Amino acid sequence: MDDHHVVPVKLYAAIVACLFTLTAVTVLAAFVELGALNTPVALGIAILKATLVVLFFMHVRYNTPLMWVYAAAGFFMLLIFLALLLQDYMSRDWERLPVQFLQ
Amino acid sequence: MTTDTAITTPTDSRRVHYLNASYGIKSWLLTLDHKRIGILYLVMTTVFFIIGGVFATLIRLELLTPQADVVEAATYNKLFTMHGVAMIFFFLIPAVPAVLGNFLLPIQIGARDVAFPKINLLSWYCFMAGGTLATVAIIMGGVDTGWTFYTPYSSTYSSFYVPLALTGVFINGFSSILTGVNFLTTVHKMRAPGMTWFRLPLFVWAQYATSIIMILGTPVIAITLLLVALENVFGIGIFNPDLGGDPILFQHMFWFYSHPAVYIMIVPGFGVISDVIACFARKRIYGYSFVAFSSLAIALLGFLVWGHHMFTTGQSMYASMVFSFLSFLIAVPTAVKIFNWTATLYKGSVSMECPMYYAMGFIGLFLIGGLTGLFLSTIAIDIHLHDTYFVVAHFHFVMVGGMVMAYLAGLHFWWPKITGCTYSEGWAKVSAVLIFFGFNLTFLPQFVLGYLGMPRRYHVYPEEFQVLNVMSTAGATILAAGYAVLFTYLILSLFMNRRAGPNPWRAKGLEWEIPSPPGPHNFDVTPIVTAEAYAYDEEDVTPATPGAPDEGSPIPREAERTEA
Amino acid sequence: MGMWAFIAQEIMFFGGLFAGYTVYRYKYLAAFTEGSNHLPIELGALNTAILIGSSFTMAMAVRSAQVGEKGPLLRWILATMALGIAFLGVKSIEYADKYHHNLVPGLSFEGSGQLKIFFSFYFAMTGMHALHMIIGLGIMLWMIPKIRRGTYTREYFSPVENFGLYWHFVDIVWIFLFPLLYLIGRDPWMTIM
Repeated sequence: MDDHHVVPVKLYAAIVACLFTLTAVTVLAAFVELGALNTPVALGIAILKATLVVLFFMHVRYNTPLMWVYAAAGFFMLLIFLALLLQDYMSRDWERLPVQFLQ
Repeated sequence: MTTDTAITTPTDSRRVHYLNASYGIKSWLLTLDHKRIGILYLVMTTVFFIIGGVFATLIRLELLTPQADVVEAATYNKLFTMHGVAMIFFFLIPAVPAVLGNFLLPIQIGARDVAFPKINLLSWYCFMAGGTLATVAIIMGGVDTGWTFYTPYSSTYSSFYVPLALTGVFINGFSSILTGVNFLTTVHKMRAPGMTWFRLPLFVWAQYATSIIMILGTPVIAITLLLVALENVFGIGIFNPDLGGDPILFQHMFWFYSHPAVYIMIVPGFGVISDVIACFARKRIYGYSFVAFSSLAIALLGFLVWGHHMFTTGQSMYASMVFSFLSFLIAVPTAVKIFNWTATLYKGSVSMECPMYYAMGFIGLFLIGGLTGLFLSTIAIDIHLHDTYFVVAHFHFVMVGGMVMAYLAGLHFWWPKITGCTYSEGWAKVSAVLIFFGFNLTFLPQFVLGYLGMPRRYHVYPEEFQVLNVMSTAGATILAAGYAVLFTYLILSLFMNRRAGPNPWRAKGLEWEIPSPPGPHNFDVTPIVTAEAYAYDEEDVTPATPGAPDEGSPIPREAERTEA
Repeated sequence: MGMWAFIAQEIMFFGGLFAGYTVYRYKYLAAFTEGSNHLPIELGALNTAILIGSSFTMAMAVRSAQVGEKGPLLRWILATMALGIAFLGVKSIEYADKYHHNLVPGLSFEGSGQLKIFFSFYFAMTGMHALHMIIGLGIMLWMIPKIRRGTYTREYFSPVENFGLYWHFVDIVWIFLFPLLYLIGRDPWMTIM
């Protein structure tokens, strides 16, 4: 778990510059009409930013695979929660399964 | 809180062990020794068990007759709520992990303590703080929402004591989370040399799986209860249908934790049973790696099935189908364990000592409980059985017939190690039989009652259900008697001056290598492990008996022996 | 490792809030859009920049601890604290503004039930986030005398590292909060998800 890898300052500076840029992109993209894609784009950029923070600021890139599992576990479980939760709400209005050949 | 002089075993050499290493209240309340913390949990979880038991008694008294004669409806609501809250949050969830786990986990892996001893103590204080708040809520006026705190009743219409109780449970959640963090890190980082993952006792695997559930599940109920409290106090409207809120959302969030919570309760019990059966069948657990991985599988699958508590409450039918299917899946790893334990018994040299009584009881009763769970996972059946006594019987079978039995098995198995005293085997068997018989008489009729349609959480019922209810209450009385006998002989054993040697059961495991009670730092020299887990096959098949002369274990390992 | 386990549970803790938010956004997109349009996007973006900056200063602080430089470590921690306080300051301005517009559920709310739900989530999520930041500031305050005393060396700096993980996590939560709360349906042509 302990990484003695000292990250060079330049890399940190580069990452934070990326993060600022992506923030600006997020804000600008919000004003562009993308229709249904707005939300996925915003979320995608957020995920990208979070990944940069996790990998570099939180040193996960330099950690052991076990730590990758630890880092991923929480997000993974959250995904499961969201997925199973939403499948209830999204299917509340269905009258029948949207699978044609089962009719 | 007992002072140490009462528990000290008068050994000839005045050996220093964790109980007499230091005296006084402060040395207990500020201890960093995982063993003492385990004892602190033991005492307090027992207190909550008794509190919960008192409420259960009142419930069964009321249900002796079809009319409301002991209590009225509002009070009855408070009774079953507090029975649930006390038993689930303050007894069942901490019991095996915090009591037996805290005590045994470091020893079983060959460590001197857990990874974060101060956080371990903090866990206990969180538990105490939460328990105190919840108890205050009981005394001040009672909470009547059911332990499930369903909205919008709990969030909009119920009393002020609800947020108080919720805060208590919230704080208690931190106890779970911190214990989980501690155990995970301990198992990863502090195993003795040679203690590879597949040499670990299955109890450790079970605790590890439980820790995962604790860490990932508890925060969700934390935020859920917090939101309910906020809604109760500020009226924020998340769960209030008048404002567009969805009460079902609460149920989703609540059960997302509370279903894995039941696995927090039972999986450590599985670990205990594995250790106990291996010892009393004098045989390695059949299919060790299957059992180990099944604990992890249950931990993971347990997070996917929560919707089966909500088949009838408004979830979409399609989501219900998904959850029903996933719930069937979780029977598989559980069944794997049952099969493997049974296979362990086959051609084993089985001796029926008291822990084995409980272990056998566990297998049978948990089997019934688990199978009835499958019935309830079937949507068509659940439509009829939801919120009836069938559900009540189901979860009492798995939690009492399963978990409490496993806890008692573990308590008896490790009692000589923890206290250095042996209990009276005769009385122990009497109590085990009383508990088993009493339990069955209490809850088997409830399956029938539920099937016939008696709803749960009602204090009145139609005349024709009375016979079964009387049987149930009679059983509860016998059960209570069994517990009373149990408390008595266990406490008496502390004073009866019957010393236990390091390994009265001639069991395998690092905990049996050290004296009873263990020294303050467990091992004087770090053990080096060369033997496999449950290496029972290599020795003779003489059955184990307590109080047998102290031979120590003839295991071919280089563990440095601590002085007797 | 223990810290990552703790962070995993924090993910689930905030995750519960995100889950509830997601459900209601799905159900009441119009109300959520309206609510989002009430939120000052420039302040939100400013706060995002502040917090990202503080993550940078925090990473530099951990780095200083790694190489055993006490002076820079102290300065980077102070910088992180300053940025954290700035964030909270901007947040207070936002909250006060909401209060004046009667948009605080439980206090003096005017609006539909669905709008109330949006703002309940807004306050719950940003409030919980702010609470975690305050706790972080408190921990940094507690660390300062220890840094000055030289408690953290090249060999022993795990408290700094662990706190860094915590602080970065708090930043990540905001990285998600910002677009989800402030940027709903800002495009002129809003369509259902």
